[in-house]
Formats: sequence, C-alpha cells, structure tokens
Amino acid sequence: MNKHTYEEIGETIYTKKLENGLDVILLPKTEMAKTHGLFTTNYGSIDLEFVPIGKDELVTVPEGVAHFLEHKLFESEKGDVFADFSKQGASANAYTSFTKTAYLFTATDQIEKNVETLIDFVQDPYFTEQSVEKEKGIIAQEINMYDDQPDWQSFMGTIKAMFKHHPVNVDIAGTVESINKITKDDLYTCYNTFYHPENMTLFITGNFDPNQMMQLVERNQNRKDFKEMKELRRNFPVEPQEVATKEKKITMPVSITKCTVGIKEANLDISNEAFLKKDLLQGMILDHYFSKGGEFYQLLYEEQLIDDSFFFETNLDRNFGYTLIGSNSERPTEFADTLKEMLLRITNAKLTSETFERIKRKKIGKLLRSMNNLETMANLYTHYHILDLDFFSILSTVRALTFEDAQQFMQNWISEERLSVCTIAAE
Amino acid sequence: MREILETTKDVNGLHLHFIPNKKYKTITLVLKLKAPLSRDTITKRALIPYILKQGTKKYPSKQKLQMKLDDLYGASISIDGAKKGENHIISLRLEIANQKFLEDTTTILDEGINLLHEILFDPNVTNQQFEQAIFNREKETLRQKINALKDDKMSYANMRLIDEMCNGEPYQLHVHGYEEDLNKLNEQNLFTYYQQMLKEDSIDLYIQGDLDEAVMERKLSAVFHRDDLEAERMQITKNPKPASVEKTKPREVIETDKIQQAKLHIGYRTNITFQDDAYYALHVFNGLFGGFPSSKLFINVREKNSLAYYAASRMESHKGLLLVFSGIAPDDFEKARDIIREQMTAMKQGDFTENELDETKALISNQLLETLDHPQGTIEFLYQQVLSNKKVEPLAFIEQIKRVTKEEVVAVANKLEEDTLYLLTAEKGDSNE
Repeated sequence: MNKHTYEEIGETIYTKKLENGLDVILLPKTEMAKTHGLFTTNYGSIDLEFVPIGKDELVTVPEGVAHFLEHKLFESEKGDVFADFSKQGASANAYTSFTKTAYLFTATDQIEKNVETLIDFVQDPYFTEQSVEKEKGIIAQEINMYDDQPDWQSFMGTIKAMFKHHPVNVDIAGTVESINKITKDDLYTCYNTFYHPENMTLFITGNFDPNQMMQLVERNQNRKDFKEMKELRRNFPVEPQEVATKEKKITMPVSITKCTVGIKEANLDISNEAFLKKDLLQGMILDHYFSKGGEFYQLLYEEQLIDDSFFFETNLDRNFGYTLIGSNSERPTEFADTLKEMLLRITNAKLTSETFERIKRKKIGKLLRSMNNLETMANLYTHYHILDLDFFSILSTVRALTFEDAQQFMQNWISEERLSVCTIAAE
Repeated sequence: MREILETTKDVNGLHLHFIPNKKYKTITLVLKLKAPLSRDTITKRALIPYILKQGTKKYPSKQKLQMKLDDLYGASISIDGAKKGENHIISLRLEIANQKFLEDTTTILDEGINLLHEILFDPNVTNQQFEQAIFNREKETLRQKINALKDDKMSYANMRLIDEMCNGEPYQLHVHGYEEDLNKLNEQNLFTYYQQMLKEDSIDLYIQGDLDEAVMERKLSAVFHRDDLEAERMQITKNPKPASVEKTKPREVIETDKIQQAKLHIGYRTNITFQDDAYYALHVFNGLFGGFPSSKLFINVREKNSLAYYAASRMESHKGLLLVFSGIAPDDFEKARDIIREQMTAMKQGDFTENELDETKALISNQLLETLDHPQGTIEFLYQQVLSNKKVEPLAFIEQIKRVTKEEVVAVANKLEEDTLYLLTAEKGDSNE
C-alpha cells in the first residue's frame, strides 16, 4: 500500500493496485461522520464498438447498454440491492455518463458491510430474459421523461450538431427503439469486458482506518476469480475536426426559446501534461469571460440577450471534448451571433498578468471548496485518475500556470468551423 | 459521532450562531432574513436577491463585485428567497477559502465579512432609490423566470397542486412572485420596502469553519450592527402559525399539456409541524411511505408494477403537508392513483414490520448525519430551530427518531388526510375523463 501526503492541503491518500488489476484508493477523513464509496468502471455510453474479453473481433452493441447495465446490476439473484443498502442504513445510487459508469453509497454506520455490499453487487451480475424485458418498460419511461425536458434536449441537440460520427452524439440512455433490441447476451458481453477489475477504480473516503479497509477489500477480491485481461480494445469512428451541422433547430413546447452554442474540441492526441493544462485553462478562460460579472456575460446580460438560465460547461476527454454556452433568450438569433463573435474574438484577446493572477486565485479557491465535499472529491479524483492524472496535484499545477500559457491557449482554442448552434423553439 | 457545537448569542440586534469545526477548507457565512409570507411583499422579496447580486455602493456593478470576489480566492456569494412554512426567508451565503490553505497571509476573511455586510447594508442606492438601469434589467429577469416556470413540469405540477390545495392560505403564494405585482414596482417603492425589511425582519447570521469561537464573535460583532431593536419585538408578535383549514373531501384536479409523461401529485395534510412531539414519528412515517428507495411507494409503484420512473413523498415540515410525486405514463393514471392510496391505507393499518421500522430509522439517522457533513446543510438544519422556536440539538433529534414506536407511526398515519390530487397529463388523453 502506497501512502502519499499532500502537505499543502493536509490530505493523505493510500493506494494499491491489487493482483486482479483493481485500483483501490483510500482517503480517510475522520472528522466527517460519513463514508462514501465510489466504484467506477471506465465504461460509458460511447463504448459501443470493442473487442469482447477472450475474443479477437470487434463487435457493435445497441445504444444504451451501459445505462441498461447500471439499472440491471441493482437487481441481484436475491432481490433489490437498494433494499440491502437500506437495511444497512446506507443510501446508494449510480450514474452513467458518456465515459463512465459509477456505483456509490454513503453511510454513517456499518461501513465495512456497506463497502462489501458495494463491491459484491457490482461484481455479481444476474440477468434473465424476463428481468431484461421488464426493465425495458422502466427505462422507456426514463427516456420519455428526458424527451420532455427542454434542457436535456438542448444539451443533446448541441452535441448532435457538433459530432458527426462519434458516439457521444447518442443519448446516454439510448432510444426506446435501441433499448428494445438489447438482449441478455449483450449485457453479459459488455459486463464481462468492461467490469473486469483491470478496468475499474474503487475510491473510498470518510471515517475509517486505511489499513483495515485495504485488507477488507483485498480479502474480498482474493475470494473471486476473473479471467485474464489483456489489452481492452475499443474502436471509435474517425471524427472530422469541424462540426457536423452549424445550425440545428428542434421544435417542442417551450415558453421561451432556448439557444446553445457548442465549441467542438480538436487535437486531443497530446501528452498528459499538455492535456491537463488544456483542461484547466479551458475551464478558467471560459469562467473568466462567461461567469456572472465576466466581460462577455455582462455584455450579453445588459443587452437582454440572456436571462437567469444562462449556463456554460466544458468537458474534455481523451477522444472528444466540447464546451457549451447557452440560455433562454427572447432574441435567439442575435444571441447566437453575438456569442459566436465573442468566442472568435478570444483568439486575439490580450489578458493582463494581473487579470490572470485573479483567474488563478479564483480557481484555487474553487478547488479548495470542492474538497469540502466527499462526493465531489471522490468524483474528481476518480475522473482524473482514469485519465492518468492526480487530482490532488492540480493545485500546484494551477499555481505554476503562467500568463504565457494562457495567452497561447487562447490563440489556438476556437475556430469558426468548430462552432454549432442549437435552438429549441415552440412551433 | 460528534456533536455539532452551535453556540448562539444576540449581538447588535442580530442573532449570531457560531459553528466551529475542522471539517472544511472554507469558512461559510450565512445570513437569513425572515418575515411572514404575504401577497403584498412576496414579489418585492423575490426581486430583492436579484438586485443585491448586482453590486454594492463600493462595487457598483456585477463585474466589479465579481472581481472583488475573485480577488478573495474565488469567494462565492449566493442570494435567494425561499418559503419555509408560512415564512419567507432571504438567504445570503458567502463561502471563502480558509487562509490556512493559502500561500499568502492576507486577511481575506475580514474582507469577506465586510463584503457580506456591504451587500446587505450598503447597496447600490442613490437618492433613496435603487439604480434604475439595474432595477429594470433585474425586473425583466424575474419576469422571464416567472414565465419559464411552466417548462419544468415536475415543479410546475407541484406549484399547481399547492395552488389548489392551499387556496387562500399564505403558503399558496408563489415564491417567485407574480407578474401583475411586478409591473407595479419601481426603483423607489422597492427601496422603501427594502429599508422596512432591514428594520423589521428577524436576522440570523451563521459562521462555520476551522476558527476559534471568540475570534468569530469579535470579527462579526465588529462589523454587523442593527440600529433598530424594535425588530425583535415585532417578530415575536408576528411569528405566524400555519393557518388552520376546514376539512373538505379530497379533490381531484386534472389538467393537460403537451407532454409525454404525466405528473401525478397528491397532497396530504399531516396536521403536525416541526415543533410538535409527533414530528419525529411523522419523519419515520415519511421514510416508510415514500422517503427512500426502500419505501412503499418506490417498491410498489415503480418496482412491482413498472408504472413510474419516480414515485416518492416529501414533507413540508413547517406547514404540515406531505406531498407525493410520481411521473407515470398517461394511461396508467387510475392504476397508479389506486396503488398510491393502497400504500397509505397499508400505513394506516400498520402494515409494516418492526424490522422495516428499524431500517428506516437508521436511514433517517444516516441522512441527518450526512447533512451535517455539508456546511450549508448543517446551517439549514440548525435554522429549523429558529423557524419552529424549538431548541433541539442534532444528536438529540436523532435520539428522538430512534425512540419512535410502531404505534406512534400508525397514530400519525391516521392523522393524515388526503386533501388534493393533481394530475398533469397528455393532451387528447381519453382515458381520464
């Protein structure tokens, strides 16, 4: 077990890669009442084409399998896993994203039992033809619920406008049509490949002793057999740098038109160090211009092109990345045009070194704030860990960023052929 | 388990609350202004947070205020209004990095406290009125917010349920105010009300983090002063009790919209609020009925019958309501309604085991302890004592939960009365009429 203390933030992390390949990361926080466990597979909705474990040929599975698996794992041979956690005073949940599926619990009591339950239910799949059919009804309801949500439609609509072939352009839950094609065998194929310990990370933080906890996890894993996992090969279609569609319109009953501009990221085949820099600067520069009080936010707001619903978000992964900026707007065309023009201006914009210092301070404060919360820390640590980066070193990386780094990033960030606009309007 | 050590002290016309602990890397300050809900003031109070966020006398634009916050290592400020029982609460929340974790030794906390004070007591005002341009812009923002409420169907259905159920009671009032009232406001009459609010509202100020209590008190009392101590006396007479309601038989209200998933919401009167002894049993009742994934609603509506994506219940602790929410296929309305009612009947008949009771109590205890691991959650929990005029330490609260018996839960269940059922369903639905 490796122990690493980060003096500047006063945290100590214990890590071990177990024999079966599982990465275990422990962060004791004994001042907290609760413990949070997060068990993550590096497998999400975009992993549709891959070589199954023990096979040599690529296969393609229906859209929505990753999310379907998330639902099904909560049902064990003995019954509902939620109920097991409930009996142990814990609350459990799970989520599926484009790139990850994660299972989690929080508890203030019976911690060891809850950790075992978390590991065991994820590592004990039980699917029958009948239970797979029944789940289709529940997931169809979930898909229909999302179809009614203008914000979700706006999000996916912009992604679809940007990406031509990359499976990030498919709804995470799939479609009612695609999930109806999913079979028990599809679930096992994906499960056996992507839920191999070699592809998973277990992060536990909270009120426990790290030595006892590591022993418990190791004993648990030593009781189980897994096939040997060689390289896990996934395939993604070649995606052009430019967006698929510059403008997309979706009609649904909304009282105010919603408009989102997407920036598609390109050139992501870069070193870890360069990736982290880009990841940080992208968030920091975006925040500088578009957070409340930021230069561009303020202009849009004063011109009454946006309202309280204004948002921005950015997501950078190893084979796709995007930034979204959007709002409800009564003048959507003018909003989109102004916003695009602002984004293109960033290329030649000059920051002062004083401004960049302020941007850095803000980021440092935000990172410290994120460490108040066990769930946020577990998520961020795991996210960066899967990208082979260390979340707790990010504070020093931010401190080391220079004004020149920022200027250079801005010059290369945005170009017109990588912008899409998606509008949601009533008929 | 650790006790949350909150100490309180009335200083300079405010109620100060100190919560020293080592859990967080930030210092959290929350200031709460409380007044009774009323149609005359609700729209004004909905607009005030929007105006305050736009700057102070010293930092007279959103941009200048934000630059100051950024300088303070990205301190965050949020200001909002909420309904709690029949009170309206405006909360100002400031979270700022603890200097312990920063390289420089500046006094950012002192600056943060000053800034919080300025935002509330020294806003951007000239000649007894808010800045006209800012006022007009923020009025427009609130108007758009009011109009966009219909787009989130779950909260829209909840709002419509409360409209129907609490017709004529203060709790019915919409937290974002009313467009017709907004039209009557201007930068002058809003500021006149603002001054009255600062005088008459009851103000509680919380500070939490890795700091010595004496230091906290010194810092806060040096900055915050309220001249008018009349406020306290006024509050005592004004502290509202939830209005009592005449019993009528349950009503069903059905409306349609262009949606695929119908929203079925049911409101019950609990006749119990936070200050009642039976509140602990009500809490446990809610856990068994619809508060957790192991609850009757989730298991029977969602899991056994595949009827809903979600089905849950929630209490309004200071008003005495219990609300059931579910998202269902439009054709399943009657079936879902009957199953929900069957679960209520089962609760009234005591159809749950001692084991389920114990599990639910453990879940509630877990949930409360988890809340106390969040800086904002801790303060929200502690503020319930102010709202209810009832002192109960968090761990004592959990002890009371653990003592609840099956008989007490059944007794609470039998006090519950279904009041109103609200269904928002798809257009052209022929199955419901």
